[in-house]
Amino acid sequence: MTLQRSLIASVVLSAASMTAAQATELTVYTAVESDDLQKYAERFNQAHPDIEIRWVRDSTGVITARLLAEKDNPQADMIWGLAATSLLVLEEEGMLERYAPAGIEKLDPKFVDVAYTRDGEDPAWVGMDAWVASICYNTIEGEKNGVPKPTSWNDLTQPEYEGHVIMPNPNSSGTGYLDVASWLQLWGEEQGWDYMDRLHDNISRYTHSGSAPCSLAATGETTVGVSFAFRGARLKSQGAPIELVFPEEGLGWDMEAAAIVAGTDKREAAQTLMDWAVSQDANELYNEGYAVVAYPGVAQPIDNYPSNIVERMIDADFQWAALNRKRVLDEWQRRYDSKSEE
Amino acid sequence: MIASTLMPARLRSSEALIRLAALLLGLALLVVGLLLPLLTMLVKSVQDRNGDFIGLTNFIHYFQVPALVNSIQQSLFVALLSTMLVVSLAFLCAYGITRTCMPGKRVFRVLAILPILAPSLLPAISLVYLFGNQGWFREALMGQSIYGPIGIVMGMSFWIFPHALMILTTALANSDARLYEAAEALGTPKWRSFLTITLPGVRYGLISCTFVVFTLAITDFGVPKIIGGQYSVLATDVYRQVVGQQNFQMGAVVSVILLLPAVLSFIVDRLIQRRQVAQLSARAVPWQPTPAPLRDGLFAIFCYSVAGVILLVIGTAVYASLVQFWPYKLSLTLDHYGFDGLAGGGWSAWFNSLKLAFSVALIGTLVVFFNAWLIEKSDGFAPLRQGLHFMAMLPMAVPGMVLGLAYIFFFNQAGNPFNWLYGTLAILVLNTLIHFYTVCHLTSVTALKQLDPEFEAVGASLKVPFWITFRRITLPVSLPAVLDISVYLFVNAMTTVSAVVFLYNSDTRLASVAVLHLDEAGYFASAAAMAVLIFLTSLVVKLLHAALTHVLLTKAQRWRQAT
Repeated sequence: MTLQRSLIASVVLSAASMTAAQATELTVYTAVESDDLQKYAERFNQAHPDIEIRWVRDSTGVITARLLAEKDNPQADMIWGLAATSLLVLEEEGMLERYAPAGIEKLDPKFVDVAYTRDGEDPAWVGMDAWVASICYNTIEGEKNGVPKPTSWNDLTQPEYEGHVIMPNPNSSGTGYLDVASWLQLWGEEQGWDYMDRLHDNISRYTHSGSAPCSLAATGETTVGVSFAFRGARLKSQGAPIELVFPEEGLGWDMEAAAIVAGTDKREAAQTLMDWAVSQDANELYNEGYAVVAYPGVAQPIDNYPSNIVERMIDADFQWAALNRKRVLDEWQRRYDSKSEE
Repeated sequence: MIASTLMPARLRSSEALIRLAALLLGLALLVVGLLLPLLTMLVKSVQDRNGDFIGLTNFIHYFQVPALVNSIQQSLFVALLSTMLVVSLAFLCAYGITRTCMPGKRVFRVLAILPILAPSLLPAISLVYLFGNQGWFREALMGQSIYGPIGIVMGMSFWIFPHALMILTTALANSDARLYEAAEALGTPKWRSFLTITLPGVRYGLISCTFVVFTLAITDFGVPKIIGGQYSVLATDVYRQVVGQQNFQMGAVVSVILLLPAVLSFIVDRLIQRRQVAQLSARAVPWQPTPAPLRDGLFAIFCYSVAGVILLVIGTAVYASLVQFWPYKLSLTLDHYGFDGLAGGGWSAWFNSLKLAFSVALIGTLVVFFNAWLIEKSDGFAPLRQGLHFMAMLPMAVPGMVLGLAYIFFFNQAGNPFNWLYGTLAILVLNTLIHFYTVCHLTSVTALKQLDPEFEAVGASLKVPFWITFRRITLPVSLPAVLDISVYLFVNAMTTVSAVVFLYNSDTRLASVAVLHLDEAGYFASAAAMAVLIFLTSLVVKLLHAALTHVLLTKAQRWRQAT
């Protein structure tokens, strides 16, 4: 390298490091669907170009396990888009920093940590949107394999579905856990496990992520994929021959939520992101993929979602789902793990 | 007068000091990059979450979980099946190359090594398109599912095949025509001379090949991860324990269990290598096949069928990456190569992989070759040199998953002076270099053994410091071998997934890991696209390497033809 070229290189480098010095880097752990991550960061940067988001993304169970494993030496500054049941577990461990973002009073109280709505404390976490269980049914394969379109969860245990159903592993997938938690809440422990025993006989495999079962249904690798509405709606609009089924017994759901990780040395930037995460702009962003969001009046109907989705959602008890998370997952693993992908 | 006799002596002693320092540095690299991480991992396997010693409790717990123990048996089953399949196929093909006059040998040899250029995830993705529920040939499985042992064995056989072929081609190439002539003169039937001359002649190569293939099969992660379905093996168990459940202790236990068959096969291989004395005396006459139309034709059909399967698998991955929405919308598109905002990091991951591959190729080649040179061509410090050689052989026995996990344990310790490496590209470079160290070391040693020791002696008598001899003579003369090593490192750094899957962070995501994450998240076409991208990158580098070697051998290495 000539002297001139190395000089230019060093000038460019120092210019780059100067802009880097101006932007605060915020490490954000998330389970938000990866096709949306870039969009989330871009929208946020339109309002706050001075904060750069470094995403660490995996499925809900993996991110939760990772946060717990890093408890003594947290690597994340912030969590943006993780199941509320997971955040409740983290809160129990004292890993979240309480903060009331500007404008929080405008949110639907159901979406805010009860410590705020009930006790008037600063909330440990704030909800963003609800993601809702649904079944992806491939119409072409259904006809070919003689597998009728299901209308209920119970249908999936019928003999004609044997080997044609795929669902996510609740240990890695947040969607998988909300399914399991909702069945246990709908029918009680005994009947819930009995249902899963029967369902297990029909399952051909359990996948790592909550999206994969629907993607597999979309490509005809399976006829029925237990997944969530967001992925189904998106794949359907991409032209997949699938129909979304919203089982009649009720729809399990969980909240995506945001929180500041206790002990972060970038508190100011994290608070800025929290303020933005509850804003109307942010909620309009969430609404591009999710029909139910925290900010009242924002939600517009989304293609391929039923209009009455709010009424069909079960009365989910996140506190219960969080408190029993480890026990339920251990029990699930003991019973069904031999058929799991990872 | 006094000054002139003193100078060289001082130079010699300072040279010796530098030699010593270089040797110690080489040893330190392998101690920090291999030994200490492995020891840390062993320690972790007998500790609980809080780091207290609990003896074998973790292991006892492991053997009480049927799902985990089951994986041992399943791993052995698919590994043994793959080994049998690969060794038989590779033996027949190697026989065709070396012992027949079948046409198109060179083309076949090129096609046969293509699988090496792809990540092991690629055949697994292709198999879904070939034999999945929508696959073109699904009827061939007669109702069996491709997700499970069948898919694992097929996928592993695909990418391990070239490794076996190379070993067996070398083994079969060495032959003594005099034995066959004698057999013919005595009227021995062909099948009998095959059993009594050919097979015994290649038995060491065959055994060595069997163990190499078995080790690759039992430690592979990519294939069972993608196509294993509900069928878990040891390598996927390590991943599930560590990434899925962050249960590092159990990850360490499974790693120790995974280490056992690999170490065992390594030891057996070493013992055999030691017994393999020169079978070919200086008077041996290389055997030349004579044309035999029926035999040549049959081998050509067989070899080209194998090559056809290889092309089919790669072609399927390319097709999968181009189809709009398989299997319902078969128009072609380049959209899947956009990776826009998908899991895994897209094109930036590919750039990171390039950076990693170039760094490993450059740094690794120099380090490995220089160390091998210190071992082979310098004098003094014999125990140190033997120690370095021994350490250089060890990485072969360590599966990628185990090495990656061991790095987490060692480098992520608070208080470790190398802690700053954690989460950087540098740790990926170090890890990849160590992971593939042994083959490069052996290649270097072989190349150096071919050189006349006089070079060093002359250099020393001319009072030229050893590093100048190394730079001016040894390195240029060994350039073909050095290029081989650098391409080997480059390709492996592009394609490996097992070790690095534990070590990347959001700034250093790699293309091979992206394939995995895209597949996990359900973007199958984009996963295929990324795998194809890795394959094409390796292919381009390999072609450049072939061209460069060709030029070197014809232009700058004329001296070789004299010998």
